[in-house]
Amino acid sequence: MLPDSHSATERAFHAALRAADPPAGLTAPDPSEIALRFKVYRNNVQASLTRALAAAFPVTEQLVGAEFFAALARVFIATSPPRSPVLLHWGADFAAFLAQFPPVTHLPYLPDVARLEHLRGQATHAADAMPVAPDALRTDTPEALRLMLHPSVALFTAPMPAVQIWRAHQPDARRAPLTAGPDHALVARRPDFRVIIEPLDTDTHAVLTALRQGDTLGTAAHHGDPTPALTLLLRHELIIATGGPE
Amino acid sequence: MTIKTFALPLAASLATALTLAGGDANAQSNAMEKCFGISPAGQNDCAAGPGTSCAGSSTVDYQGNAWTLVAAGTCADIELPAMADGTARVGSLEELDRDLPPA
Repeated sequence: MLPDSHSATERAFHAALRAADPPAGLTAPDPSEIALRFKVYRNNVQASLTRALAAAFPVTEQLVGAEFFAALARVFIATSPPRSPVLLHWGADFAAFLAQFPPVTHLPYLPDVARLEHLRGQATHAADAMPVAPDALRTDTPEALRLMLHPSVALFTAPMPAVQIWRAHQPDARRAPLTAGPDHALVARRPDFRVIIEPLDTDTHAVLTALRQGDTLGTAAHHGDPTPALTLLLRHELIIATGGPE
Repeated sequence: MTIKTFALPLAASLATALTLAGGDANAQSNAMEKCFGISPAGQNDCAAGPGTSCAGSSTVDYQGNAWTLVAAGTCADIELPAMADGTARVGSLEELDRDLPPA
């Protein structure tokens, strides 16, 4: 029996991609091959989503190996399939999935590395915004200065040395002994479209967190010396507006 | 009282940051810009909007609403073949309404 409309066919086809049997209403020159032929679609979906996940989480893939990653991706795709044809937000819950996936519980840093990689992807696709000229920061009342940061700016913190592990797996990385966490980092996209992950000390992370939520420089400075934070923001051109007291 | 204690170091902190970051200003010579209307079909970088949702998705040559990253300042100088009616094609920092895929 045939589904009575094109959209019903599409829905049945889509549902069958994740079920045991092919959808009703398919035909083939040799009807005994229907299930076999439908498997080609199922396999294409699986393989392309696995590749998309590996492209978004390359260090996570390196840490567990491509073969294990493909098997893990199969479970993740089944539990958290993309909700939109636009894949750039897909994987937001990949870190949470890894945190409760029994085969990787012996790698307690893995979810944090995945969370950092997801932030990196989000920074890549964040909205554009023009940075201000550095002179916009010259003021007689620095304590009252407020900064609006670029939409790509995210602040990362993890109990594990996830930032060091991520850096150690970059193509140009030099081997360095890991120090115990927590790790902090600034994730952002520069005007030249390079995404940066800058490791931060605890104080600078706190200062940047305060500035990002709109605190004045005077208030943010209660968390520590603001010089490293301001230098990073200026060097990577991440300030898009400045303001004074409200 | 707190404000007074912090006012002077903050000014110094800002000045230091401006100086430190200013040293990198020369590094901007390798800055890139988005150049619209120069990419062969399928070879654009990512752009948002109908018809060009992401990288590699442009469907006509030199599509006006698709962009490619080029060295800053070179966008309008890139050599492109003239259009069918003989008018010159020039890249632009803004979206163009020429060479759009059929709706």
